[in-house]
Amino acid sequence: MRTRVAKPGMNFEYLMWLFTRLSGVALILLAISGLVGAFIMGGRTQADLPAILRWTFFPNPNHVLTSEIPEIDQVWANLFWTTMQVLMIVFAGTHAWNGLRMILEDYVHSKKLRFGLRALIFILWVVSLAVAITLILTSY
Amino acid sequence: MSLDKRVRYIDGFKYQGGGPMLAFILHRLTALGILLFVGMHVIVSFTNQQTGAEWADWLNTVYKSPWFQVFVAFCVLFHAFNGLRIVLLDFFPGFQKFQREAIWVEWAIILPMFLLAAFLIVQVSLAGS
Repeated sequence: MRTRVAKPGMNFEYLMWLFTRLSGVALILLAISGLVGAFIMGGRTQADLPAILRWTFFPNPNHVLTSEIPEIDQVWANLFWTTMQVLMIVFAGTHAWNGLRMILEDYVHSKKLRFGLRALIFILWVVSLAVAITLILTSY
Repeated sequence: MSLDKRVRYIDGFKYQGGGPMLAFILHRLTALGILLFVGMHVIVSFTNQQTGAEWADWLNTVYKSPWFQVFVAFCVLFHAFNGLRIVLLDFFPGFQKFQREAIWVEWAIILPMFLLAAFLIVQVSLAGS
């Protein structure tokens, strides 16, 4: 029996394979920088664990209202943390929707259903990222 | 592409894949676990803020419970460190020779972190109630 080998080259599946790995590393680095940022800004003495975790995974001022960090709006309302939030959302959202697509396509074999799922996931990806980025940019 | 032989569900459990198979399955399940939590969290927060519906309050208590927190902690830790192992072995294929050892190292890193987190979550929730 001949073995089937995937076609090498720059195709969609290869690019998403590469993106999944690179965005995974990026997400770990973003989470570490959010955690370090939270500690630098007084997370060790002025915030509880849930607040620190909210900083780690989504450093948005509306997301961490429960903590008692003074002047949270001024500290976080700068270009650096806005960029970090957008990067986090774009990487995590794309990584997650693409991962869901890959899992689903392992179990869905009908071509029509696959196309429908791809279209649905594409729409959900665009809408969720648009909503999230709007929320980040309007939260200051 | 289809399978030549009819494979029953139970055959999956008899497959002697060992550590790598377990890592593959757990990577999928933890991915779905993270999606479940993040999806719930986004929908509940939005509904709570906009309408204050009762079912949103109830769902809020579900993922705030210590057992769900322990589950999410495992999902995030395992998915992060297993993903890191996959990235390292894929980008440096020379290390594929040691893939089984890599999984042992991975568990040696994850388990202490997870057990400490789980202990603290349960301890805090017991002290708080």
